[in-house]
Amino acid sequence: MTLPTFNPSDDPGPSFSGLLDRLGHNRMFENAENENSLEITHGTTVVAAKFADGVIIAGDRRATSGNLISHRNMQKVFEADKWSGVAIAGAAGPAIEMVKLFQLQLQHYEKVEGHALSLEGKANQLSQMLRNHLPAAMAGMVVVPLFAGFDRRRGFGRLFAYDVTGGRYEEEDFVASGSGSLFARTVIKMGYKATNDHDTAVDLMIKALFTAADDDSATGGPDSMRGIYPIVASITSDGYTELDESDIANRFERVLAEFAEGGSQS
Amino acid sequence: MNMPFYVAPEQLMKDRADFAQKGIARGRSLVAVEYDAGVLLCAENPSRNLRKVSEIYDRMAFAGVGRYNEYDQLRIAGIRHADMKGFTYSRDDVDAQALANQYAQMLGQIFTHETKPLEVEILVVAVGFDTDGDRMFHIRYDGSVTDENGFAALGGSAEAIRDRLETTHTADADMAASLNVAVKALSGDDRVLTPNEIEVAVLERLDGGRCFRRFENGEIADLLA
Repeated sequence: MTLPTFNPSDDPGPSFSGLLDRLGHNRMFENAENENSLEITHGTTVVAAKFADGVIIAGDRRATSGNLISHRNMQKVFEADKWSGVAIAGAAGPAIEMVKLFQLQLQHYEKVEGHALSLEGKANQLSQMLRNHLPAAMAGMVVVPLFAGFDRRRGFGRLFAYDVTGGRYEEEDFVASGSGSLFARTVIKMGYKATNDHDTAVDLMIKALFTAADDDSATGGPDSMRGIYPIVASITSDGYTELDESDIANRFERVLAEFAEGGSQS
Repeated sequence: MNMPFYVAPEQLMKDRADFAQKGIARGRSLVAVEYDAGVLLCAENPSRNLRKVSEIYDRMAFAGVGRYNEYDQLRIAGIRHADMKGFTYSRDDVDAQALANQYAQMLGQIFTHETKPLEVEILVVAVGFDTDGDRMFHIRYDGSVTDENGFAALGGSAEAIRDRLETTHTADADMAASLNVAVKALSGDDRVLTPNEIEVAVLERLDGGRCFRRFENGEIADLLA
């Protein structure tokens, strides 16, 4: 692997995907066609909501291929950089590839320029990546991410939702994406307050994910037998922090007990 | 028809080397020293924006002296090389030696083939999971590479700095002590460098993730106090 150097007129600047293009690396899924309607692995429910100190972002761990569970411990919530996180729903392969490229893109920019992109700049980067992915989405490999981060310049957390065309929508309070999103969103809606503290906000996400798993077969619930629990992360002025698995397990236990006490939910 | 004057290759190389050395000697120097929890890089640099030391990859840093625009080009090429390699293979496969060799090739090529050699000297530093894994590759304007051990000095007064470090540097000192040693080595006995005149960064020996950390003026002052 040689040192990549360019003429000033052809320099990709701080863009890593620009670098990939210049070096002739084939981008995946560019001319995708899915005429045989292949069974594609799908990731499901991810949620995000603001709270008093920032944003919480969370997602279940199940991936499905048609009616089969293909992975029980898939990661759908990722640290994008120190101050932001991204969660993905949709076709697992391209989604994970997109996250990998997105993380690299942010880090590459930061190293080349000497400072990080603004939160809005990051959100726009993801938008562009989705737009490039549109041909593949048309062939059935739909990827719908959520992006959440702490805007250090403005001093508060911000949330962004996307559609397959790369449309970027800033959300004021909360958002959900993926097959179980309808249930999760309703639960968050019932308990959401902009002034929620960290614990209340985390518990709300746990309830939302549990309800989604309860009613949507493609969403995975807490799996105490294997010790697999949804991933929950908070992003505040201290940066991105993933909650401990044991902490999440305890919270699920509490929430389940609460639900059981109130009579079974049908 | 004009006949070009014959110039002996020895003379040609010497002229180029002299030219490059003169350019490098005009700039200020920098040092890298191993300390008990990683590698510390310290450069004499009054600018907060035109950096001499920067991050290349998770466990790798770059330092350059001489002409800013020239070593900055090399820095960016290094980041691109490392990120490309990590993307194509794995983050674990990005290593300092491969990058140092690439730099050496490029500098050597420019030294012999281009009209003007680059007036730079660069250092590629990597922090290992233990001290045995630490690497410092010193690459000169003509593409020659030296594998430095424990500490390295680059720039116009590198010889004198190296002599000072020879007696004062110990690899098991803590960060503050090492920084003091580094600053003394840079300044010599007859002047004092203030926190505003130096640039400091470390590669910390972490278990994973990004090991590079840059210090701001206030933090530098605290460490030097």
